[in-house]
Amino acid sequence: MVSFGSQVDFSVPHLKIRGLNKFYDVQGQRLHALKDIHLDIPKAQIVGIIGKSGAGKSSLLRTLNGLESIDTGSILIHQQNIAELNHAELIKTRQKIGMIFQHFNLMSAKTVWENVALPLRIAGYDKVEIEQRVSEVLTLVGLEAKRNDYPAQLSGGQKQRVGIARALVSQPEILLCDEATSALDPESTANILSLLKQINQDLGLTIVLITHEMQVIQEICDQVIVIDQGEIVEAGQVWSVFSNPQQQITQELLNFEQVNLPFELSQTILPQSTHQILKLKYVSESKSVPDLYELLDGFNSPVQVYYSQIDSIQQRTIGSLIIGIRNLDFDLNHSQSEKHPAITQLEVIGYVQSTD
Amino acid sequence: MYNQLIDLLLTGTTDTLIMVGVSAILAFLIGLPIALILVSTADFGIFPSKKINQSLGWVINITRSVPFLILMVALIPFTRWIVGTSYGVLAAIIPLTIAAIPFFARIAEVSLREVDQGLIEAAQAMGCNRKQILWHVLLPEALPGIVAGFTVTIVTMISSSAIAGAIGAGGLGDIAYRYGYQRFDMQVMLTVILVLIVLVMLVQTTGDNIAKQLDKRKV
Repeated sequence: MVSFGSQVDFSVPHLKIRGLNKFYDVQGQRLHALKDIHLDIPKAQIVGIIGKSGAGKSSLLRTLNGLESIDTGSILIHQQNIAELNHAELIKTRQKIGMIFQHFNLMSAKTVWENVALPLRIAGYDKVEIEQRVSEVLTLVGLEAKRNDYPAQLSGGQKQRVGIARALVSQPEILLCDEATSALDPESTANILSLLKQINQDLGLTIVLITHEMQVIQEICDQVIVIDQGEIVEAGQVWSVFSNPQQQITQELLNFEQVNLPFELSQTILPQSTHQILKLKYVSESKSVPDLYELLDGFNSPVQVYYSQIDSIQQRTIGSLIIGIRNLDFDLNHSQSEKHPAITQLEVIGYVQSTD
Repeated sequence: MYNQLIDLLLTGTTDTLIMVGVSAILAFLIGLPIALILVSTADFGIFPSKKINQSLGWVINITRSVPFLILMVALIPFTRWIVGTSYGVLAAIIPLTIAAIPFFARIAEVSLREVDQGLIEAAQAMGCNRKQILWHVLLPEALPGIVAGFTVTIVTMISSSAIAGAIGAGGLGDIAYRYGYQRFDMQVMLTVILVLIVLVMLVQTTGDNIAKQLDKRKV
């Protein structure tokens, strides 16, 4: 288990997951799909669950509205344990939890209007109220003009907007997003993400989303939960996890490992080695980038920059650098104490022979 | 002679239409719920039950493996018990319906099973109960396929009704058998075949058009 750190504000948990375990029986083998999940999801925040495919993020999301049953543990929404509800109660609770899907899952035989109206029809609202509410949410997602179209006539982004309208029409408190932008082109992705952010801010909706794209987390999430092989391995505020990822899996998801360097790294110091290659992450509490000279001052050596990336996350600037220093004696452990306070991670990734 | 032939054909066509029409409606009304039960009770259905699914599948398979001619003969006591006679149009409706129910149920089952699992999941997520999933999702989404399947069923029933005609059910098959086979009157037989072709084409075209109208997956 990973402790979530003191920087995470869990003062008003909306969803509270305790000791959740889930097993699957696959061809006679018992598979531990979700392992002892403890999680608080704060109200009116956007929480992103990220992991590789098969990590269990989809199962975890589906337990939140009871689409997946759990074996042990509890999922509390307003002190009500989802895992203990009977079928009728579960149906009532689901009407207060919206969900959108990667492949939209709109009814092909129903118009946009009928799709959005469906949750209200099944909940037994009268015609006048249905008409009013459906018009409202269709306006919110900007599709009032398409109300009589069938899903097949819409683009991917428009379909997801219908999905969002359908999820919002019963005025839920929680919105679950299952890879909601994974089937969309970059432009529609950006549109849908900003729509979700807007909904979160305007309606105070708690949003739980799963994704395999860090981009999505970076753009709209407040908190990120990294899940690997059914286990939460890292969690916290997005800027904090991004600037100082603790786990190998998180670093892989952050794509930091995939940088192509113009030389071969050796793992040990060879006789011909002249440079150390360091990976460095820094964070700045404002939107301005810290002074590079000050940042690299502690190395007491000429510094060559091979890679640099700067992201702006939650009003903070997060930078990654790969640098080479001509100082084989540089002691990483010694320097930790006197390194620039903005530097969150510093690691020797290898040694090279000088190319100059 | 011609008037006689026309009268004969008119009666025959009407009889066939009544036979097929009534049995088709009955087969639809009974077959569709059976298809719904089959799909719902399947492993990943909304109401999984191996027992119900297997026993129902078993009954359907048995009924479907009996050739129609044999089925009709075997059903004679049952038919007589229901309708009071084993001859004529009314009597033919019983075996026709019984043969068509499993046929149509299987075809409708395929259409229902092909409804995207994601749509059912979406319906569950919005709080649909099982009945609502059947009514608001499964049936409307599978309807184009069900209509197409019903069309195939009716066409098959038209040909079965001709077999029924051969053992005294009346209708076009009866005429073709009596005049064409027993008296070797080519003219009557060819005319009957022509009427059957027109009938089948009408049913098929109408069915195709309705199915196309209902299918909104590609607009």
